Amino acid sequence: MTVGLPFNIPFLAVAALISISFIIILTQRNLIKLVMGIVIMQAGVNLFLVSLGYRTGGIVPIFTHAPEGAMVLPVPQALTLTSIVIGVACTALMLSLIVLTYRHTGDTDAEKSRILKG
Amino acid sequence: MSKIVRTMSNILIPLVFIFGLYIILHGHISPGGGFQGGAVFASGVAMIIVAFGSASVQKRLKEHHLSVLESAGALIFIGLAFGGLATIFFFNFLAGSAVFGNIPPSGSNPGDLWTGGVIPLMNIGVGLKVLGGLSAIVLVMALASSGIEVEE
Amino acid sequence: MRRAAVAISLVVIIGLLVAAAFLIHPFGQPPSQMDDYMIENSQAETGTNNVVAAVLFDYRGFDTLGEATVLFTAVTGVVMLFRAVKKRES
Repeated sequence: MTVGLPFNIPFLAVAALISISFIIILTQRNLIKLVMGIVIMQAGVNLFLVSLGYRTGGIVPIFTHAPEGAMVLPVPQALTLTSIVIGVACTALMLSLIVLTYRHTGDTDAEKSRILKG
Repeated sequence: MSKIVRTMSNILIPLVFIFGLYIILHGHISPGGGFQGGAVFASGVAMIIVAFGSASVQKRLKEHHLSVLESAGALIFIGLAFGGLATIFFFNFLAGSAVFGNIPPSGSNPGDLWTGGVIPLMNIGVGLKVLGGLSAIVLVMALASSGIEVEE
Repeated sequence: MRRAAVAISLVVIIGLLVAAAFLIHPFGQPPSQMDDYMIENSQAETGTNNVVAAVLFDYRGFDTLGEATVLFTAVTGVVMLFRAVKKRES
């Protein structure tokens, strides 16, 4: 479809996702909910990277049995792949640290885990 | 898990593994590559752990086997990157030579598997690394949440 | 005091994000000088049909090296955190 949008809907969706994740991170106290906020922010950044390289009426940037048309930009897609893998690695580390904190203190509250004990 | 889940897993798990390896090996002519195929393979391993329980999986699949697989993948990737050091680090020194060396005609064409230079071999290296790493993460966290300690 | 600081910082951040969403280039016409070169010359120089794989492993191979390092470090960290602790013999 080659019709243009009146204003940039994907970039407004990215702004909404990152704003929601900032609200979650700044006001929640449970550690699992903090991890969920960080995961939503990673999803918003990945959506921003992919929607930066879209050409209206474009096709997949692969030459095998390619139809006619201009190709979508390939570099933002490569950067998004790297970003998704790094997000998975960070989420795994955060969740395993939460499991260890729960075993040590018995509670998943961020205010109660601040004092270092022996 | 119940008998229905175990029977369906026995049918579906080889298909998931073959699909993951297909995505890794055809990374230079179709969408996909090392990272995507490794993630699909690790989801098959997660299906085994959910269907049959982590205690009975740990008798056969120790996590240091997965660690050896991951390190082998990383060494293949770094070794191929050092191979083109005559020009620059990460140079494609196999494009136009005997191994994986055809050049495809420009424009739209049916894909040829023997093209690509050093890229299919790098896909295999990165695919081994990702499937070893993500399977090790899933296995260790499943063992830790059911109370079994990981052996040294 | 703390609630006022949280509210002011949230208003500033959300305002900046919405303003950036209106000031960026129109969706569908990106500036594309580097990517046009890569789409034209990737079949002759690298020899693959998949331009995204050529960008990931040939033109920007250092980003893939950094990502492999991050994944390796995260897997090492997770496996190390869950080992059984042996009691020290005094």
